[in-house]
Amino acid sequence: MKYLCLVYGEEQKIGEMDDHKCLAWDHELRARGQCVASEALEPVATATTVRVRNGRLSVTDGPFAETKEQLAGFYLIEARDLNEAIQIAAKIPPAEVGCVEVRPIRPIREHARAGARLE
Amino acid sequence: MPAADFNRRLEAVYQSESRAVLATLIRLLGDFDRAEEALHDAFRAALEKWPEQGMPENPRAWLVSAGRFRSIDQLRRQARFDSFDPLAHDVADGTTAAADDDDPSVTDDRLRLIFTCCHPALAPDAQISLTLREVCGLTTEQIAQAFLTPVPTLAQRIVRAKAKIRDAGIPYEVPAAAELAERLETVLRVIYLVFNEGYTASSGTELMRLDLASEAIRLGRLLIEMLPDTEALGLLALMLLQDSRRAARASAAGELIVLEEQDRSLWNRKQIEEGSALVRRALSSRRFGPYSLQAAIAAVHCEASSATETDWNEIVYLYDLLLRMETTPIVELNRAVAVAMRDGPAAGLALVDDLLAQGDLAGYRLAHAARADLCRRLGRNAEARDAYLRALALVQLEPERQFLQRRLGELAGG
Repeated sequence: MKYLCLVYGEEQKIGEMDDHKCLAWDHELRARGQCVASEALEPVATATTVRVRNGRLSVTDGPFAETKEQLAGFYLIEARDLNEAIQIAAKIPPAEVGCVEVRPIRPIREHARAGARLE
Repeated sequence: MPAADFNRRLEAVYQSESRAVLATLIRLLGDFDRAEEALHDAFRAALEKWPEQGMPENPRAWLVSAGRFRSIDQLRRQARFDSFDPLAHDVADGTTAAADDDDPSVTDDRLRLIFTCCHPALAPDAQISLTLREVCGLTTEQIAQAFLTPVPTLAQRIVRAKAKIRDAGIPYEVPAAAELAERLETVLRVIYLVFNEGYTASSGTELMRLDLASEAIRLGRLLIEMLPDTEALGLLALMLLQDSRRAARASAAGELIVLEEQDRSLWNRKQIEEGSALVRRALSSRRFGPYSLQAAIAAVHCEASSATETDWNEIVYLYDLLLRMETTPIVELNRAVAVAMRDGPAAGLALVDDLLAQGDLAGYRLAHAARADLCRRLGRNAEARDAYLRALALVQLEPERQFLQRRLGELAGG
């Protein structure tokens, strides 16, 4: 299964982390063939939010939600199941100062739904 | 065989085997809902076939293969209509695990089920509901009633938990050795929460809800049968010892009776013996934790013929050990009460007042009740009255309210 590991944290603490430590884990995961994609993000001050309502474009500064912990980067990984995904997420270095949200990828290409989602 | 006899025997098979059959079907079919449906189909088949063919030698194996067969049959028919259902293809092709009842993993299925229901990625409420539903086989209605939750809320909680297991890829497995200790902690916590909900309902009119306490003890027994971990032994001991006082804990009118005033002849000796033996086993392993220590404290209480005959020195010592593992204000409060019994109420009151001054226990009814009791023993009635009133303002459980009210009334009279 594919999981997206979203790395959150206070920007100052994330900024103080050693990039080489993060890159080492990234290399290891890629060497094992379990990393589909991974990137670190520029600080949230550089973010722009885009919306389209009734055909009109609205562009605003900053992120959608105001929180102390910001999205700082992501790993798209390949894992056998949630337990393996948790083990991988636990080794992402910023997990020690922030947190990692582990989300399963919805196989949208295989199971495309028509119309509204029924829950 | 007469119909009534047959129904009784089938009912007995359901009681003893249905959870184990379900646990194996979940592994074979890879899906909770499909397995539950298959379980029902298997018992429907038994109801048809067993009266003519006689009861099979191994009902569990018969039920597993009947359930699996029917589910696969249904999946094959469905697969002609569904454009894509990978699991349906796997199951129908037999690429998922094969049913082999001599396979040692079959005995592990119930353990897999417990660890899956108590997976830390599920919310605590969901862990409890799912465990009672799937491992204990209680109905949604029974669980809703036990937790004073509306049935639709509880049903929704279970549906969401199963959806998360499926969609987030929570595996059906016993955790690897490296993760076992941590994962077991969650399982033990779920069992103890179920027990506590049954033992002292957090709100409502009945002091004890028998079913949940018994279910928790049953879960504890099932767990140590498969995984005799020290803390699992300790937890079972703790539950047995606390539950042994069940008959003595409430008056006929439903009022709480505190340990000191309980009629100890009503305590369940058999459970005390079993619990004490488990405590000794747990403590001798030297890898014991907080559950084993709490059980050891309960055992000291249970083995004493009265409150004054209790070995309070031993209890204070055990609380000291417990505090080294879990420094919580509630453990400190319990230790203070034991110190009061050993060294007198003034020594206990000094400790309780220190704890209250730290602020964490200001909203905890039992801290004020303990202070009230110690002041009462010291003849400081005005302070005792204030503390009883504070405790009464925080109490939610009716039997406790009655008890505190009576003590307050006695103060006014004395």
